[in-house]
Formats: sequence, structure tokens, C-alpha cells
Amino acid sequence: MDKLEGADGGPHTGTTIVAVSFDGGVVLGADSRVSTGTYVSNRASNKITGLCDNVFLCRSGSAAHTEAISDYVRFYASQHACEIEGREPTVKSVASILTQMSYNNKGLMAAMIVAGYDKKKGGQVFGSPIGGTLVEMPWAIEGSGSTYIWSFFDDEYRPGMTREETEKLVLNGIAHAMARDGSSGGIVRLVTVDKDGEKRQVFQGKEIPMILGDMAEPAASPTVVW
Amino acid sequence: MSGVGSGYDLSVTTFSPEGRVFQVEYAGKATDNGVPCVGVCCKDGAILAVEKPEETKMMLPQSNRRIFTVSRHCGMAVPGKLPDGRQIVSRAHQEAEQYKRFYGETIPTKVLCDRLANFCHVFSLYWSLRPLGSAALTASFDDQGPHIYLSETNGVSYRYYGIAVGKGRQGIKTELERLKLGEMTTREALKVVCKCLMRQRDESSNKKYEIELAWISEETGREFQRVPEDLAKQTVEDAKKEIEQEDSDSDMEA
Repeated sequence: MDKLEGADGGPHTGTTIVAVSFDGGVVLGADSRVSTGTYVSNRASNKITGLCDNVFLCRSGSAAHTEAISDYVRFYASQHACEIEGREPTVKSVASILTQMSYNNKGLMAAMIVAGYDKKKGGQVFGSPIGGTLVEMPWAIEGSGSTYIWSFFDDEYRPGMTREETEKLVLNGIAHAMARDGSSGGIVRLVTVDKDGEKRQVFQGKEIPMILGDMAEPAASPTVVW
Repeated sequence: MSGVGSGYDLSVTTFSPEGRVFQVEYAGKATDNGVPCVGVCCKDGAILAVEKPEETKMMLPQSNRRIFTVSRHCGMAVPGKLPDGRQIVSRAHQEAEQYKRFYGETIPTKVLCDRLANFCHVFSLYWSLRPLGSAALTASFDDQGPHIYLSETNGVSYRYYGIAVGKGRQGIKTELERLKLGEMTTREALKVVCKCLMRQRDESSNKKYEIELAWISEETGREFQRVPEDLAKQTVEDAKKEIEQEDSDSDMEA
């Protein structure tokens, strides 16, 4: 659906993005490949953007559309934070602002995931697919690479995982998608959000699990270029 | 009255040399001389009470409402000029509804009352408008607990443990200050609040009056409701009896 170039052939985050909630926070993950047709215009992009201190956004679809949306949402969210002075915006309110934007501008090609942590309800993940729905889920995946990992998450996700287990799950999921989807690749970025704030991580090269599948183990220890 | 603001009180866009805007102050007088309204915060909720004189025998009782529901978690009493107050209530409906649609959550009370105060204030900025002769005495229960706010026509909005506006407000406020409302439940406080309100009546006046009561508490499921009719009637009667009792006691002592 959002696999290759859009109508204007502009840069596309044909992508794998993932967000999974755990008890006490959320883990967001994304690959880093941005392609214009077959040319990889950016192999180390950051598809996870902050909307406010405790809420983050995973972007997929048109790079221009999603960047514009996230700029608007950051603006409205910061005004909202001023109005409710003394309290942090809830994840739900920021996600609602985002879907208003998606829903009222149907020409946009933006499939996004909003995830974050607030004191009211803890870690939450909201899927915001193209069209402008808003749906809260325990985990969400979007982007062209996500088609290859639905069953992976169906099987591997369990409620009540720890932070480390969730980070491992997200990393593995994205590695699986990157192994099969030509539009996903590069490095894996992870952002974990909990009551103490955000923690960003980058996994590259050997740090990304090698998904062998039906391939044989490499004979010698190779220098693998991902 | 005339003489105080001579010359500087003809339009809402004129300051006096002391920095007062007389038209806004005069608008406040509409509330001050209007029906007494009380709002109190209790341990588990909030109560609104209004004492209305019977304007004409031919009017159906309970048809001149002064307490309105703004949303499930919030309601307000309208002192002063009722039509002006209904504008504020209508605006409050819209604010609550739009906030819910945009942010997906119920509007926090502070946000609502600040916006209503700003709304009232706007009317004091234009020569072609007059300020509203009412205020918004708001009772609500959100995730921060029960609230009582007063958003006045001059644009200020403050949160209170208990507040009274209208005729006799100074006496009512004095009585409220003596009470430990934070330790009472809304059920217990209902009669106490009625008594405060009714004590300020001019005793010699034989005019009939009606007390309108509404509350929001844990008991009502955090939903703003009118106090059920029989309970309201009973509370008012009990309060009346107790006042008569206390008065006759103090007469005997004297």
C-alpha cells in the first residue's frame, strides 16, 4: 500500500515501524531506509520523532506529509501543555490531535503510530493508519515491512513483558521485516519511554539479529555488510 | 451612585484616571444584587444552591431554572441576569464539546473556567458590546477531584473551597468560613448549605421563595445532577425547622 513511490515519486518512508507497550512504558522501533524509487536517498534516517516530552511518533508513508503533520502536532501539543499548566499532556490527547489532522486532510499519505507514557494510564500505543482512525492497541506495526511480521507479533507478543523483553521483541521484529522487505533496511532505532523519560538506542551491523531462515550458517566469520 | 464615575463610566472602553473601568464594575453589580447563589466543595463532591424569589404566582414552579448542566462532569449556576448567564452556559457547552472532539478527553475544569473568564472578558474590550451581567459558578468533578470555580464578568476565574454571590453574600461567606466543609460528605453538607442560604433572607419578608439544588459527587457517579426532588424538599424543610428552632432558642436565651 505504502510500498514504493507515491503519485509524485517523492521520498518515501517505505518502512517498518513498531510500537509495543509494557507495564510502565512503551518501546518504539523503526528501520532507517528512505527510498525514492530504487535509490536509497537516506540510509540512516530517524523515523521516530518526539511530539512532546512523553509522547513519540513513528512515521511511515510520505516523508514530507508525515514531517509536516508531526510539526503541526508538536505545535498544538505544546500549546495544549501550556493550557493545562502543571500537568503533562496525556498520550491520548496528543494522539487525538494527530488523527484530527489525518482525518481532515484525506489526501495525506501518512500511516503513523503514536506511543508514549503518562501518569494517568501508563504506557499506551495508538495506531493511526491512513484515513485518520485512532485506535488504542497493546502493540502496533505499520509500513511496507510490517506485512511480513504480523504473524511474528501475533505469536511472540505477550502481555506483562518486562522492558528488556519488549525491547528485544521490537528489535527482532524489525530485523525480520528488514530481511524480507526491500524498502526497509539500514540501522534499527529504538526509543523506550517510561516515567523517567526517553532512552534512545541505535543498533547497526552485527548488533541487529541475523535472520537466517532457510539459509545455512555462514561458513567462515564473514564481514557482513547490511 | 451617580457621581462616582462621572464622565468615565459612559463606555466600556474608557478608563478612569485611577485605572478603573466603571462599566465592568457596574456589570458586576448585576451579579451582586441578584439572586443568592452558593457553591461549596466537600470531601466527596461539590454542591450548588440558588435561592430564587417567586416572581409571580402564575408561574409554574421549577420552570425558571438557574442551574444548568454543562457536560456530564460539570454544571453551573447562573447569578445576575439570567439571559446573559445563558450565553455563558451555551459557550461552556461548546467549549466542553470541542475540547472532547479535539483532544479525546473531557475538558479539565481549570481549562473550561479560564476559557469562560476569557469569554466574559472579551465583552469589555469593544465599544459596541456590553459586558455580561452574570458570572459562571461552576461545580465539577474530574480526575483532580471536586472543584468550585467562579468565572466573573470582569475576566477573573478563581477556584474556591466555598463561595457565595448575590444578595447577602457577605453573610453567607462568613458562615461558610466557619464550617469544615472538607470533612463533610455532600449529603451531610446539603442541609448546612441550605441553612446558610436561608439565614440571609430578610426575615420580615413574607415572599415565597424556592431553593434550587444540584450536586456532583462519588455518590452520583461523578455525574452532575439535580438533587432528587423529594430529597431537596426534605432538606429545605429540615433546614427551615432548624433555623426556627435555633432562632427561638436564642430568643429564649435573650
